[in-house]
Formats: sequence, C-alpha cells, structure tokens
Amino acid sequence: MTATLEADAPAPAGEIPSFTVTLRVRRFNPEVSEEATWEDFTVEAHGTDRVLDALHKIKWDMDGSLTFRRSCAHGVCGSDAVRINGRNRLACKTLLKDVNPDKPITVEPIKGLPVVKDLVVDMEPFFASYREIMPFLVTTGNEPSKERYQSPEDRARFDDTTKCILCAACTSSCPVFWTDGQYFGPAAIVNAHRFIFDSRDEGGSQRLEILNDKEGVWRCRTTFNCTEACPRGIEVTKAIQEVKRAMITRAF
Amino acid sequence: MQTHQYDVVIVGAGGAGMRAALESSKEARTAVISKLYPTRSHTGAAQGGMAAALANVEDDNWEWHTFDTVKGGDYLVDQDAAEILAKEAIESVLDLERMGLPFNRTPEGKIDQRRFGGHTRDHGQSAVRRACYAADRTGHMILQTLYQNCVKQDVEFFNEFYVLDLITDHDLTTEEIAEGEEVNATGVVAYDLATGEIHVFQAKAIIFATGGAGKIFKTTSNAHTLTGDGMALAYRRGLPLEDMEFFQFHPTGLAGLGILLSEAARGEGGILRNSEGERFMERYAPTIKDLAPRDIVARSMANEVREGRGAGPNKDYVLLDLTHLEPAHIDAKLPDITEFARTYLGIEPYTEPVPVYPTAHYAMGGVPTNVKGEVLRDGVNVVKGLYAAGEVACVSVHGSNRLGTNSLLDINVFGKRSGRAAAEYAKTASFHELPEDPTVRVVAQLDEMRNRPDGERVADIRKALQETMDLNAQVFRTGDSLNEALADIRELQKRYRNASVQDKGKLFNTDLLEAIELGFLLDIAEVTVVAAINRKESRGGHYREDYPNRDDAHYMLHTMAYRRPPEASDQAEGHIEGYFDHVEEFDGYKVVLGSKPVIQTRYEPMERKY
Repeated sequence: MTATLEADAPAPAGEIPSFTVTLRVRRFNPEVSEEATWEDFTVEAHGTDRVLDALHKIKWDMDGSLTFRRSCAHGVCGSDAVRINGRNRLACKTLLKDVNPDKPITVEPIKGLPVVKDLVVDMEPFFASYREIMPFLVTTGNEPSKERYQSPEDRARFDDTTKCILCAACTSSCPVFWTDGQYFGPAAIVNAHRFIFDSRDEGGSQRLEILNDKEGVWRCRTTFNCTEACPRGIEVTKAIQEVKRAMITRAF
Repeated sequence: MQTHQYDVVIVGAGGAGMRAALESSKEARTAVISKLYPTRSHTGAAQGGMAAALANVEDDNWEWHTFDTVKGGDYLVDQDAAEILAKEAIESVLDLERMGLPFNRTPEGKIDQRRFGGHTRDHGQSAVRRACYAADRTGHMILQTLYQNCVKQDVEFFNEFYVLDLITDHDLTTEEIAEGEEVNATGVVAYDLATGEIHVFQAKAIIFATGGAGKIFKTTSNAHTLTGDGMALAYRRGLPLEDMEFFQFHPTGLAGLGILLSEAARGEGGILRNSEGERFMERYAPTIKDLAPRDIVARSMANEVREGRGAGPNKDYVLLDLTHLEPAHIDAKLPDITEFARTYLGIEPYTEPVPVYPTAHYAMGGVPTNVKGEVLRDGVNVVKGLYAAGEVACVSVHGSNRLGTNSLLDINVFGKRSGRAAAEYAKTASFHELPEDPTVRVVAQLDEMRNRPDGERVADIRKALQETMDLNAQVFRTGDSLNEALADIRELQKRYRNASVQDKGKLFNTDLLEAIELGFLLDIAEVTVVAAINRKESRGGHYREDYPNRDDAHYMLHTMAYRRPPEASDQAEGHIEGYFDHVEEFDGYKVVLGSKPVIQTRYEPMERKY
C-alpha cells in the first residue's frame, strides 16, 4: 500500500466547511533582490483544497509572479515537491486541513538544491545523480524473441522502488545531502535498487561499484527522513539498507 | 537568441516523443524539446494498461483487436491504421518489456493481461483479457522505462523549453500551393523558461508529440500543462485539424475533482451503481455491462444523474462500487486509484463506494497524419519533414471514441513509426533555409503580452472558458448549447486581447507562459465547438441531443478544419454542400470546414451494440 497523509480520522468529503488560511511563502527573485523573504497571503479555501489549490489562488487572483512548478495535480508527475511546515511534501497531495490551517502554513522550496525563483529549484544536480547510477535494464546476450519471463515473486521483489516519481522529496530531506551535495542521495539509490533487485538485470555489480564510492550508500546515516518524505510511500531507508547489504554479500 | 541545428527535433517528451527519440537518435542527430522534465509528462498518469493481443491468458488475436478498435470508434476509424495499431501492438509491448518495463506477471512468468472496456473476444462475444499492465501505474512505468532508455542512449533533451512557433518554407495561411509543389517544415522557435531566452532549432525533420488539450474543460483528468500547444501551433500556421469535435469523457473521474480512476477498476470487477444501488449498465449494455466503451458508459452515467438517480446530497454523481472485492486484490491491482479516493475524498474504497462522474480525458482529433506519422496539409498532401504522434495527432486510429488502453498503445506504435520515418527522411534530406528572422512572430507576441497595460487576469478568462465548455460542450450537446459556447468563446477571445500578466521578468516567468497557453486553449476550444456545431449527428464521443442518431449517409467523413484569412475561399477540400460547408467568421480570420474520407477495409459499419 502507498502512503496517505497522517490525518486524524478524516471526515467524509463535503462535510468540511470553507475556511480562511494564511500561506507564508518563501519568495526569491534574483531579478529583484539577492535576498529571500517571507510573504503572507490569506486565501479562502474549501474543505478539500490542497496546498496547490491555495498556491494557484494566490498566483491566479493575487500575485501572478508567484512561481512554482506543477503539472498533474494529483501526485503522479512529481513536479511540486515543496517544504510545507518544515516537511517535504507534494503540494498537490497535501490537503490544507491536514496541515493545521489555524496557523500560517509555511511553504518553502525543497532544501539542498539551488533556488531559481520562489519555490522553483534547479533540478539538474538531482537528475545528474540519477543518471549516474545506470537507471536502465542491463542485459547481455541475444534479445529474446518474446518477453523475458519473470515470476510474480521476482517481480514483487523490487515493486516498491518502481513507484518513484523523481520528485526529489526524499533527497532534499536528507541532512547528509544538505551538507554534501555530492552525495548521490536517496532517490538515486532507490532507482539503483529498482534494477539491482530486478531478476532480469545483469548490471548489479556495476551499480554497486558506483554506489560503493565515498559519495555512495555508506554516507547514509539512517535518519529515515527520506522514508517519511516519500509521497509514494516507498520504504526508502529500507531500500538503501538492502543495497548496503547487497554490497556486503554480493561479490563484485 | 541561440540557434541550433539537428537532423531531427522532437517536440514533447511524453510517451510518443521519447519512443520516437529512441528510434531517431540511433540513426540521426536528435534533440527533444519539452516544456516539462520528461518524467513529468502526462503519460505517467495513465493507469490501466496497454492493449495487445498477446493471448498470454486466453485466446485472442490482432484481428479481433482491430475490429474492437473500429467498432469502438463508431466506424470513423481509418481501418488501415487500426490494423497497423493492433498488429504492431504485440511487438510494442515486447519492446517495452525488453527495455525493462516491470509488467505484472502470470504464474508462469509471462506478461499478465486483464479486461478493459470495449475489448472483446471474437467480435463482441464477451470481454477479453487484452490489457498488459503494471498495477494501475502502467503509464508511469512506460514513461519511466522510456526515460531510462533515453538516459541509456544518451538522448539530448532541452527541458523546460516551450516551443512557440513552427517554421515552414511556405505560408500556408495565405499562399495557394501549386500542384506538385513541396512544402517543407524547416524548424521551430522555442522559449527557455529558466532564462527567457529565445532558441531557434533548425531541423530536417520535426516531430510534434505535444499531447492533448484537456484544459479547455473545467472537469478534466488532464494536467494543468495540457493546453493543446502543438495542435494550436500547427493550426495557426495554416495546417488543418481533424475531427476536433470528438473529445472523450472518461466515465470515472473522482466526483467534483475530475481525477482519473482507471477503467481497470471495472476490469477487475468494480460495478457502477446509481442512488438506488442498481447496476444500471445492465440496461444500457446488456452483454458487457460496465465494460462498454467509454462514450457509452459516460453517457449512461450522465443520463442516470439527469433522470434523478444520481447519488450524494446533490444527486450529481454515481457510485463506483469495489466493496465486494477482496482488499488484498484491490491493493495488488488498484493501489493508486484507491489511494486517490482516500487522499482527496476521504473515502475508503474497501468499505464505501466511490463518487464518480465523467471527466474530460482525451482528444480523439488532432493534427492529421498518415500511417507513417507524416503531417497532412490537406486531405492528401504532406508537409515534408513534419511528423506528429500521440494525442496531438489524428491518424485516425480512434475515430470518434478511443478504447481504453489504446492510447498507451498509440504512443508506442506511432511514436516508433514517426521516429523511424523522421530519421530515415533526415538521412536523405538537406536543411532548408530559415527566414531572415525566424523569431519575429514569437518575440513580438511575447513582448506585446509582457508590455500590455494592466488588464484582465488570465485566470479569469481561462475559468470562464472552462466553465462554458463544461456546461455546453460536454457529454450531451445541442445546437443551442454549442452556439452558446461559441458566443462565449468569441467574447473571451476579445477579452484575451486585453489580458495582462503581472510578472514582467525574464527568469522562470510562468505567468507569461500561462497567458500564452490560454491563447492556445481558446483557439482549440473554438475549433472544437465549430466542428461540433457542424456535425449534426451523434457518433462516439460526440452526442447531439438534437440529432441523436448516427448518420452514415452524410457524416461518415472526417472533419477537416482550416483557419484562413477573411478573404480566402469559403470552400475547403472535401466541401460538401449542406454537410461540410460550415464557415465561421472571427476577427481577422475565419474557420472553414471541409472533410476527408474514412478508410474502410474489412468492416462494414454496423449498429453499435454491446
């Protein structure tokens, strides 16, 4: 099962009245100032509105210059990972009512990646780490004329890590990554796991070698921030542990 | 301004764009330009599966699949294209598996398959298990797998670049093209969101894979970014759009939100019920019931609500009942959609039925292409070096109603074909000269928008557009409702000229781009409604209450819509007096409708019963 937000016994839809909520948004525009500032916006919200709805209300009705990424708006494209009340979440998957709308809700860019403007960060370093771990099936020999067979059990072995949407919520929640941007980070390791534990793959030892680097898995301090942050409910820390274990048990 | 030169330029990095890139980048120097990071593309939101007659779990063959596709599309499908789709489906699924896609498996380890709407054994006998899937995340897995293989093949991407113009060596909006004369696509102009800089890409071949335009509607399963960019750019440059009146409303959107709940829910045994608890699809489609094609199910749902059998406090939705399924089965096969119900509506699908209502989902129409993916500039002639694939294109394999799982198939089959064709063409072609200043239109458009005096908000106009489309051009349409929509769109086009943006900056100016995208939406909504007004029959996704029957004698033809200057002829190719002769005047241009024959090979049109 994938993650749901930790709401206390959510009330049925339609029963939550409209309310007023203040978003305290971290603003930064290098064309205007080198300094980032906080700005408060107060909007009317409906009971089931998400943080993304509130951001849209600000952008569409109040201040068009507020800048953030979004696309699918229901938690599958991974565009809108932001820090809400100090925790990494997807803005489109976080209902306002679940993050204490009685107090101002803080919304900031995710940490550890250079801020481009307002809530937008430069994702290139994140994707560069991803690309480095060979995130693709490696096979040798002739291609089969039909599909490769894989038992349901073998398929289940790496199911959890196939769910990753590359939103960077995990990597940018990691204290090791904050202080050392060279660290591969949880998302890259998750995507390595997805192939290392795929019975069809033959590139495991190469990937393990890459992750055995000083900026690899051994930098993980098992703080579990990544697991908490993952909007897809992936057991990220467990996946990292499994990669560490594979490194010890598999000869490469 | 920066200028680049590539053999092949692909616009869009969803399933079709990346599948094309995997082919073309092996053969020709290729760049992929995308307004999103590739993994953000909306292919990733597709859930249920990808159809292919692998016959892994029961008897099946591509001929049955072809028939279902033709019948599902209410016979407006080009049958030669549907046959290619169904035949090449098998290799396309195997391609993905070999690339690493983690399909669900049968106990023997083969790719597992499940039932889906409109897919049947032996020409409608019963539902067949044809959809290859990975839980309810098939699109996610396809998008990830294609991106992974693009990384492996070192495909070059320009991410967060918005293509805002297509360059051709003839101005198709005004020029008469002499018989036998070539028209060539020569490049595209793009806007780099991060810096605000303009880039010109000169190319021998260009593939449009920009996706759909669901944001013309308010209730939609589509992403905010699906604003019909590629369709609108082609149309503005004088290329026709085909069959735009056919828009698919997916039956099961989360009520009030439009978020997609896969048809796989019904494929796995879910049942639609009205307020009385009745399984109402038994009345509308006695043989395959809840697994009838989407147009039929969506209409049946809307009809239940209209006749007072809707559920909920406002009786404005129906219920998708999964409560008779084992929770373990739901977790294994439908984990994401059940999570959507929990997250967004606070509904527990193990024990409560889920409120659902049709949601705007898919454009059957688009930029017309032949089966190689080459874009047509009229009923016959192509634009040399221009290709389109995926939802932006109209091959037409979906006719007037697409079957579920045929879109993930479409992007793979025709993405691959267009990628190959474009690379092949680029090998023999040379670069064509670009105009003196290829950026002039785009720069003028952006400057004008940025420098307008304070006017109306873009969001207000967009909201008004989406509301009139939902009200007047949705599942049920009439001549009156469509004319109402058209009158609203005319007014909104005027208001759009005075809309202004607040962000005047260069860097990451999404305010500016939303304003540009609204222009695309208005043009696409406009042509959709004009085509819908003209088609006085009901077929597939286009249901006219004032003309409730299919009229093969007069409308068994594809609509071709052209935007022309006011002084141009009122007759387009395929003009048919009384049927395909509609002309609609606007400020500075007119929309002229013509037609194109439907290609029929094996199957005679029959009444569509399920």
